Amino acid sequence: MRRGCITREGPVRRPSPTPAKRGNDNGDTMPGLTLDTVRKDFGSFTAVNDVQLSVPHGTFVCMLGPSGCGKTTLLRMIAGLDLPTSGAIRLDGDDITRVPTHKRNLGMVFQSLALFPHLSVGENIAYPLRIRGAPREEQRKRVDELLAMIHLSGYADRPVAKLSGGQRQRVAIARALTRSPKLFLLDEPLSALDAKLREAMQVELRQLQQQLGITTIVVTHDQREAMTMADTVVVMNKGEIRQAASPMEIYRTPADTFVADFIGSTNLIDMDTDSTGRAVALGQAIPGLSAPGGGKAIISIRPEDVQLTAPGSEGAITGTVTFVRDLGGTIETFIDCGGKPIIAVSTPRARPDVTVGQPVGIQLDPGVCVVLAK
Amino acid sequence: MRREAPQKLTDYGPLAFPAIMLIVFFVIPFGTMISVSFFQRLQGGFYTPAFVFSNYERFLSLFFANVLGFSLMLAVLVAICCVAVGVPFTYMLTKLSRRSQIVWMVALLSVLSLSEVIIGFSWSTLFSRTAGITNLLVALGLMDKAIALAPGFPAVLTAMVYQALPYTILVLYPALVRLDPTLTEAARTLGATPIRAFFSVVVPALRTTILATLIMVFIFALGSYLLPQILGRPQHWTLSVLITDQAIYQSNMPFAAAMAVFLVLVTLGLVALTLFAGRKREAVT
Repeated sequence: MRRGCITREGPVRRPSPTPAKRGNDNGDTMPGLTLDTVRKDFGSFTAVNDVQLSVPHGTFVCMLGPSGCGKTTLLRMIAGLDLPTSGAIRLDGDDITRVPTHKRNLGMVFQSLALFPHLSVGENIAYPLRIRGAPREEQRKRVDELLAMIHLSGYADRPVAKLSGGQRQRVAIARALTRSPKLFLLDEPLSALDAKLREAMQVELRQLQQQLGITTIVVTHDQREAMTMADTVVVMNKGEIRQAASPMEIYRTPADTFVADFIGSTNLIDMDTDSTGRAVALGQAIPGLSAPGGGKAIISIRPEDVQLTAPGSEGAITGTVTFVRDLGGTIETFIDCGGKPIIAVSTPRARPDVTVGQPVGIQLDPGVCVVLAK
Repeated sequence: MRREAPQKLTDYGPLAFPAIMLIVFFVIPFGTMISVSFFQRLQGGFYTPAFVFSNYERFLSLFFANVLGFSLMLAVLVAICCVAVGVPFTYMLTKLSRRSQIVWMVALLSVLSLSEVIIGFSWSTLFSRTAGITNLLVALGLMDKAIALAPGFPAVLTAMVYQALPYTILVLYPALVRLDPTLTEAARTLGATPIRAFFSVVVPALRTTILATLIMVFIFALGSYLLPQILGRPQHWTLSVLITDQAIYQSNMPFAAAMAVFLVLVTLGLVALTLFAGRKREAVT
């Protein structure tokens, strides 16, 4: 169930501030989270640059980007732990920009997990109820419910220090969900786990989110994690959203060279337009492609979309094989095309038998090439 | 990392130096004091070796019981005040930038360079009628006329808290710096106000440190004998004052030693009780 109905308006500052009251007829009162030109400056450094994003109710969003891209700052502003320099954050139509964290009804899982070391598993999970003064019976019932949900029934009286990494992770998730929050925020939640456990937790977290139908935002730098869990992947770089779309869309039609390069691996090839208006790349005219505006552009083609043929065949670019990595299931062929390195990934059966030093032909199928602005 | 238990006698080698230091500077003086406490005082002279209980018998009176009670109460109060002021202060200190933390620490450490005498007389000036802080309050229109705040119990307490606070902060600082800042943030995302988060997360997470600090300040305050004399009335004199009086002015070493031994025993008993209670509570939670 992929929903991917996020709008992105790019880093453009809106001229007028948000009107005090919004009618029901425009889209802003729909349930969900809206970030309206949210900006955060630390001195002269802009951590988050006028971000525009709307997350419909019940969506699972992964914010993905290199470290220092502003994704954690953005999450902390949604949580109310940092105040934006300018812009507005709305939840179900209500402006929560200046609402203090403890009044926002959200659940957050920290990278460090931040489980309270002096409390047991059950007391950690019951903490939000205890400080609200809920009756003991209610606390016990809710703790039992949540422990059953995370498959840790009977662990209520254990000290947190006695749990394994994965168990602590689940306790932190349960504690964040105790109040049935409107928003579920996770900051690099699985980074402390080993690879195998992390993959299992990704599936578990996704299933939990679908079961509860809760709006969820996860910050991660692991693209596999983002691809596994998200309805919508938000790719960020240097404080700006570069693309927000479904995982498949992000992979198949990246919005720019940063996204193309950051998600998966890709070949970025310079493209030019000759005097007759044909697109030319690597010295070969490629019919079916055209640069927007007719100038220079960049072609992004995934290694698995690069077809290898016999050298000299119709419409093929000829290059020399420089290295072959045979991984059994797939074979990676490194090719030098007049100084430009190209990587092709093919299955053993669909690949001509070429070895290092031999010439090979490359087909760039216009149907799988994405033309990006230079 | 688990170490092997010592097998041979030579495995205890590294302990030799601290053991010798402890014996020379603690066990021998303390042993001397215990033996002196049983000696017979010579009227007009010093003392002769003997084994009498008269020094302890003299101590068992209502007067000394009251003084002991007051001393313990004062020390407990100083410890509680220091921790009550020190924990929030140090917590806020750790939130400051590195540079301002250093400035604060240097200022605090400079207080430690002041002797008890200087602290005592400075406060007695500040609490005086003629040159004290009440004159400032009069100038601000908050009071009608200047009054003397010393001698008195609040004056003693203030000066002793002032003297012990830098130690309190130095002991609390490392534990508070190591405390994960996301703990309070997590508490806030779970619906706790910042103050609630401080009391429900920071304080309990630091309870071992707080208990250790309380004991340290308590023992520190118990030994104070100058400040109660400078800033207090005779009824505010602690047992330490009386010990000093007996040892130095009355030349009654055996009685002074007996009081000192008694004070040490009561202190150790109280500390053991506190630790026992702390451990028991930890076992319950």
